[in-house]
Amino acid sequence: MKHEMVPDHAVLSKSESNKVLKKMDIHLEQLPKIKSDDPVAKSIGAKEGDILEITRKSSTAGKFITYRLVKD
Amino acid sequence: MKGVLKKISQINFGLMSPEDIRKMSVTKIVTPDTYDEDGYPIENGLMDPRLGVIDPSLKCRSCGSKGGDCQGHFGSINLARPVIHVGFADTLHKILRSTCHSCGRILLTDSEIVDYKGKFEYLMNNEDSLTNIIKEIYTVARRDKCPHCEEEQEDVKIDKPVSIVEGNYKLTPSEVRERLEIIPDEDALLLGVNPEVARPEWMILTVLPVPPVTVRPSITLETGERSEDDLTHKLVDILRINQRLKENMEAGAPQLIVEDLWELLQYHVTTYFDNEASGVPPARHRSGRPLKTLAQRLKGKEGRFRSNLSGKRVNFSARTVISPDPYISINEVGVPDLIAKEVTVPVHVTEWNMEEMKECIRNGSDVHPGANYVIRPDDRKIRIYEETKEAVIDKLEPGFIVERHLKDGDIVLFNRQPSLHRMSMMAHEVRVLPYKTFRLNLCVCPPYNADFDGDEMNMHVFQTEESRAEAKTLMRVQEHILSPRFGGPIIGGIHDHISGAYLLTRESATFTEEQVFQILRKAKMAIPDRTGETWSGKQIFSLLLPNDLNMVYKAEICRKCDECLKRECKNDAYVVIEDGQLLSGVMDEKAYGAFAGKILDHIVKEYGTDRAREFLDASTKLAISGIMKAGFTTSTNDEEIPLEAKERIEIHLHKAEEKVDQLIEAYENHELEALPGRSLEETLEMKIMQVLGEARDKSGEIAESYFDINENHAVIMALTGARGSMLNLTQITACVGQQSVRGGRIDRGYNERTLPHFRKGELGAKARGFVHSSYKEGLDPIEFFFHAMGGREGLVDTAIRTAQSGYMQRRLVNALQDLNVKEDGTVMDNRGVIIQTTYGEDGVDPAKSDYGKVVDLDKLIDEMRIKSGK
Ligand SMILES: [Mg+2]
Ligand SMILES: [Zn+2]
Ligand SMILES: [Zn+2]
Ligand SMILES: [Zn+2]
Repeated sequence: MKHEMVPDHAVLSKSESNKVLKKMDIHLEQLPKIKSDDPVAKSIGAKEGDILEITRKSSTAGKFITYRLVKD
Repeated sequence: MKGVLKKISQINFGLMSPEDIRKMSVTKIVTPDTYDEDGYPIENGLMDPRLGVIDPSLKCRSCGSKGGDCQGHFGSINLARPVIHVGFADTLHKILRSTCHSCGRILLTDSEIVDYKGKFEYLMNNEDSLTNIIKEIYTVARRDKCPHCEEEQEDVKIDKPVSIVEGNYKLTPSEVRERLEIIPDEDALLLGVNPEVARPEWMILTVLPVPPVTVRPSITLETGERSEDDLTHKLVDILRINQRLKENMEAGAPQLIVEDLWELLQYHVTTYFDNEASGVPPARHRSGRPLKTLAQRLKGKEGRFRSNLSGKRVNFSARTVISPDPYISINEVGVPDLIAKEVTVPVHVTEWNMEEMKECIRNGSDVHPGANYVIRPDDRKIRIYEETKEAVIDKLEPGFIVERHLKDGDIVLFNRQPSLHRMSMMAHEVRVLPYKTFRLNLCVCPPYNADFDGDEMNMHVFQTEESRAEAKTLMRVQEHILSPRFGGPIIGGIHDHISGAYLLTRESATFTEEQVFQILRKAKMAIPDRTGETWSGKQIFSLLLPNDLNMVYKAEICRKCDECLKRECKNDAYVVIEDGQLLSGVMDEKAYGAFAGKILDHIVKEYGTDRAREFLDASTKLAISGIMKAGFTTSTNDEEIPLEAKERIEIHLHKAEEKVDQLIEAYENHELEALPGRSLEETLEMKIMQVLGEARDKSGEIAESYFDINENHAVIMALTGARGSMLNLTQITACVGQQSVRGGRIDRGYNERTLPHFRKGELGAKARGFVHSSYKEGLDPIEFFFHAMGGREGLVDTAIRTAQSGYMQRRLVNALQDLNVKEDGTVMDNRGVIIQTTYGEDGVDPAKSDYGKVVDLDKLIDEMRIKSGK
């Protein structure tokens, strides 16, 4: 998972997750999804219901952070 | 509008049972006739009055409401024998294939059934799609032997459209129905038929619903003849055959005859649903036209969905040919008085506009600022006639609505198809003008992609204050000068607008005070005080610029000299504006051209859209008076060069052609060395292309060196970016160059040669489509032929590209239409699901950006330099 084309994925803790949801003023189901059997999710040990923080390079913003909800 | 607002929580799709159809039916339809001799609808006929009424003077026998209010009621036909519904033939085939023909159970083992039931339940609880699992069941449930009763299974095939064949025996619809009836509910569910809302046997029709007359109205021709709807025709056919079938069955006619009639009934019912079903000859009208039956009403571009539900025809709109008018603002549109008198604006009458509205009514519908209708507070609409005018004026009170003519200053929507981007529909202010075309300022041609070779455009008149307010703030032309595509101006000068600015601002342009006043007067600009001095064109142009404008940039005419002499540039291509004074450089496409205008871009971004609109309006007029002062014309004389130049070009091209021959000779003598990664043939081809390309370019350069921008108008246009390119000019003057098909030299046509004039395998310049001549000299027949080949490819490519991109556009729009950007910058779809956490990842609106970026630091620094340098 250290390939250049694979952006950084990190599992958020419960409190971090709540903070993100609160900041964006959304509920869990509104987040984009990622399969729990996705290679990235498996490699960082994400479980169903976790929120992943994805940090990727962006041609417009330089660095871009987005979130995904892990689903089976 | 009255009504109850309710939120739909769920939609169930199911099939109608024969009982449902009978319950819904208000009458049985038996007689295949419609009207009797006196023109009255026949009872139990297809026009039975219980099916609903259209005529507003009649009352409906079923619901009691008047025609227009009654939406109609279904009837029904009892079919003498069951028939298969075309729409379900495929499903029926699949169900029969996957069920046992003797016990009706699904061809799955008990353990498989338990397994799939579990999966089904899980998916249903999650509200997930069942399509995939049903597909899987249909592939698994195909066995030679029933796992439940051990019965051997024969292969069931479908003979399109509706014949179902088992082994060699064709099943009748009745037999099919019997088999479906014994399928248990639990098994039906696994086959994708939810027993709560449908049963498999309901896919076989025993009763046919007859749609109300409102669905198939008959029309009366001028001759007084009645013409029935296609659906009615089809229903008549069904009824006729149904009746004959019933009679024959009752009379105990031979099996063969009954079966023939049954087949015929099946045909009519099939074509009643879908007259384009494969394998069935379409039912035709007496005239030979195929009938438009149920499926045809819905399908395709002209169908109900695409033509009536996704798109609609509207009132208060107009369409006509467009023509240019540089003397109106970019915000305006010239509307022919004929149109202004037809499309109207509803005005609520108040104490304050009472007199004005009375005046409109007094003018009536034929005199321009008039009115066509008055709507009373009780919603009655009264047309204004010469005779009733005074009576209407007397009754006029606050609260009435007057539909008055369009007048100067009204806001309308203006549009040109294909509406590919948001600038294809912009809000304009009306200018009522004589004659019959819409007039528009030339600066708005680029966003609409309009020209005046017969283009037509549409206009829509807003009918509410809300829409007008919204259009005025969001859709006005001046709010769209910057394109969301690249963050630069898309509205701006074109053609003579640019040539004019160049003629006015070039170094040699000086004017006496008298001339200056003439130009300014013509451009409707303020006349300055007399000083008695001669003016430079740059000074005149500076009158348009904001007083605190500071800019430096290289103009379009810049020849990219190795070392830029900046202000001392001999082409006058280095533009310097200090405190709103144009000190050096000429105005051309880079100044205020659409897609490229730097000054325009700067003015919109720094001074706002109002100032930018003023600048464009004024510069249009100034450029035009400038060009008219100098005079501007072009002809092929502009592409004339001296004999000596022609000889030089000739010598040069000749040398190149010789070089090509040398290359070919080297290749034939196996002396040519292949480039890395290329075959010998490819290498030769590349080298020849390179030599010929260079030859064309060099010949162009020679011709160019004889062109003088100071006296050649074609060159002015090409260099300033007004119209045409230097390549166009040199192709006319010097050499057209290599023609290509599929990106290479021409190598197709005859066996191993392009034309019979050449030897087989000949590779020379001429034999492979090099056009040595110029357009002005004229092409010889061989060159002409190759040129046509290349030209044809271009045409075909554009035709294919538009078709492909049109389809892509349609799909993209359908996919993206419900997305929206929330206040905090997140992009959500209509369910509230996040698509992107920040729009474009940086949250920048490209239309408000500086060519896609938030700020252009280099530009800012340049401007500061000028300011501080003083
Ligand atoms: Mg056109
Ligand atoms: Zn009715
Ligand atoms: Zn069986
Ligand atoms: Zn220069």
